[in-house]
Amino acid sequence: MNSAQIEIQLIACLVAVACAIPGTFLVLRKMAMISDAISHSILPGVVIGFFITQNLNSPLLILLAAVTGIITVILVEYIQKTGLVKEDTAIGLVFPVLFSIGVIMIAKNANDVHLDIDAVLLGELAFAPFDRLFISGVDVGPKSLWVIGSILLLTILLLLAFFKELKLSTFDKSLAASLGFSPVIIHYGLMSVASVTTVGAFDAVGAILVVALMIAPAAAAYLLTTDLKQMLFLSILFGMLSAISGYWLAHFLDASIAGSITTMLGILFLLVYLFAPNKGLVAVMFREKQQRTEVSLLTFLLHLKNHDEQSERHVKHLNEHINWQKIRSTTVLELASRNNMIEIEENIVSLTSKGDKFTTQAIDYIMTNEDAQIEDMKKEFFLFRG
Amino acid sequence: MDIENYIELVFNDYTLRTITLGTAILGAVTGMLGSFAVLRKQSLLGDAISHAALPGIAIAFLITGAKDTNTLLLGALVSGLVGTFWIRGIITKTHLKSDTALGLILSLFFGFGMLLLTFIQKQPNANQAGLDKYLFGQAATLVESDVWLMAVITGLCLCVLLLFWKEFKILLFDKNYAITLGFNTKTIDVLITSFIVLAIVLGLQTVGVVLMSAMLLAPAAAARQWTNSLATMVFLAALFGAFSGVFGTAISASQNNLSTGPVIVLVAAAFVFVSFIFSPTRGLLFKQIRYLKNRRDLALHKTLAFMYDIAVNHQNKSHPHEIRILNNFQGFSRGTLKSLEDKNYVNIQGTTWSLTEKGYDIALNLYNQQNKTNE
Repeated sequence: MNSAQIEIQLIACLVAVACAIPGTFLVLRKMAMISDAISHSILPGVVIGFFITQNLNSPLLILLAAVTGIITVILVEYIQKTGLVKEDTAIGLVFPVLFSIGVIMIAKNANDVHLDIDAVLLGELAFAPFDRLFISGVDVGPKSLWVIGSILLLTILLLLAFFKELKLSTFDKSLAASLGFSPVIIHYGLMSVASVTTVGAFDAVGAILVVALMIAPAAAAYLLTTDLKQMLFLSILFGMLSAISGYWLAHFLDASIAGSITTMLGILFLLVYLFAPNKGLVAVMFREKQQRTEVSLLTFLLHLKNHDEQSERHVKHLNEHINWQKIRSTTVLELASRNNMIEIEENIVSLTSKGDKFTTQAIDYIMTNEDAQIEDMKKEFFLFRG
Repeated sequence: MDIENYIELVFNDYTLRTITLGTAILGAVTGMLGSFAVLRKQSLLGDAISHAALPGIAIAFLITGAKDTNTLLLGALVSGLVGTFWIRGIITKTHLKSDTALGLILSLFFGFGMLLLTFIQKQPNANQAGLDKYLFGQAATLVESDVWLMAVITGLCLCVLLLFWKEFKILLFDKNYAITLGFNTKTIDVLITSFIVLAIVLGLQTVGVVLMSAMLLAPAAAARQWTNSLATMVFLAALFGAFSGVFGTAISASQNNLSTGPVIVLVAAAFVFVSFIFSPTRGLLFKQIRYLKNRRDLALHKTLAFMYDIAVNHQNKSHPHEIRILNNFQGFSRGTLKSLEDKNYVNIQGTTWSLTEKGYDIALNLYNQQNKTNE
């Protein structure tokens, strides 16, 4: 690894962390698509800033772009407040318009401006180490490292200072308002941080990767934990992991670094989506299957309780009568006998005292439909659990 | 170049005619289907799908090695559908919300697509140039066969729409009722979503991945402001979409260095803007006017009620009172007094006022909801 490679990975990691922090809150606040809107609509701000300064890294440009980002948020909220269209339509209307204005401004001045839409959207991390910052003639490192580093520092400081306000207003807006924390200020503060991060990062990694780095790690973390601190920590971890692995993927494929990092994020999310312990697809499907069997068991036990005559309780008869497939009936029968709820004598099924008690309580639950009862039942008669 | 010249050119010039027709048809079909997307609160689905289509284009190119538009669009269609159903899977199977799912699929698929595109660019295949036109679209690359394809698909959409009109409508407005009536809502849902994906894929070549969502939304959002009927809305949206296409092409053709896609989007946005402000029932302008009028009426009623309170204590209803005694009351102003006199509710003589017989009756029944006529 030479120094340029280390610097690229360092920049990618910093961007990942800087994006993961606001991203976590955006995902929790159901505002993930706002980050997409911001990432597109900063274009006119970037272009105007570029016309004025002729420098992609100037602070003025970052400021202008961040202002455009906030204008986007305000516009979306204004349109939404008029009640003419829904929120998502408002988002979908605002950002393409601003983006179009940016594209047209670039196209009209294409001849004398060195600014490419592709560069804004996709960025080129590979060139980042060559754009260096000199302070009084001394080379102190790549410019984007400093830009994103200071943004990250600012984000972390704000996070530490306002963690409890953020947490409160994210999970209980009304309580936050009644305690005197203004949700509006926190909302716009978060939006500003998201805008600034997007702008600071787009030069290095492009607008789309910013969106991916904000949403994907947070979404993956959200599937694994319900604790805010853990979620923040996990999303930072996921972001950095895919940043580094993405860099090496790009290295081997000789392709865009931003694209590879996003791809790694995608693979990571897919894995979590499939295999997360409680909320992953496999776990959810397994649980749904268990619940189906449990419901079948209940139906079966109720049937037993209602019928005293032997013909209704024959194993074969059950198979036909409740209209189950053979495998399903076997599963249910096994589950019931494993839990000591039924006895089978000469192919005649009868309830044990435990099974009888269970069924009575189950009927109670069905009649009253109070959650408290089912919780007790779960503890008393474990089926699959424990 | 004046307008007559331009119109003549549209009919005679092959490129201009093709592009104008193409964008008009595209606008019509996206407007039509966009109405459903907007009403189903799936506005951002278009954005996600159009981004998700990118890897499909790249993979189709990698497999076939040819740059045939239809093959690439087929790839885009497949990956757009994969994206759509993954979004649905995330929303139904996990506790992640729809916005997160959309943003995820959008950025992840797009990033993967970019990886493939840059990978293709490094390949020793001279054919690869020009794939990136799908990013921002290039209407200039439209040829007649593309327009035919669009026309055929639009026709197909129209047929399906007419055939399943009542199913679509009932699913849109009352899904549960549709289920109880025994409609297979899942199939209808898949059908309409697939057509939305199809329309988006169709527009990729012209407007590009990034701006496609606006084509879907803007005409529909504009049309929504003018009507409360689904049929009218779909029709209007198609009309607005087609006009955006035609005007956008005209504007971009009349200037140098003006790409068609963004201009079309801006024209469509102008339609939305005008609709938001000038629509007679929902528009902001008329809403404001109604608001001011109601406030004036209320002030008038307040003054009248106050006068009634004074007059009711006198045996003679039309006993004159000093205007001065109204001054404490906020609703009173020279204007309201004048308009009360115009309506013949009060008589003004010098510095005194007195309620007329009519004014007394109106004031008496002010809160009885007897006089329905709006003042």
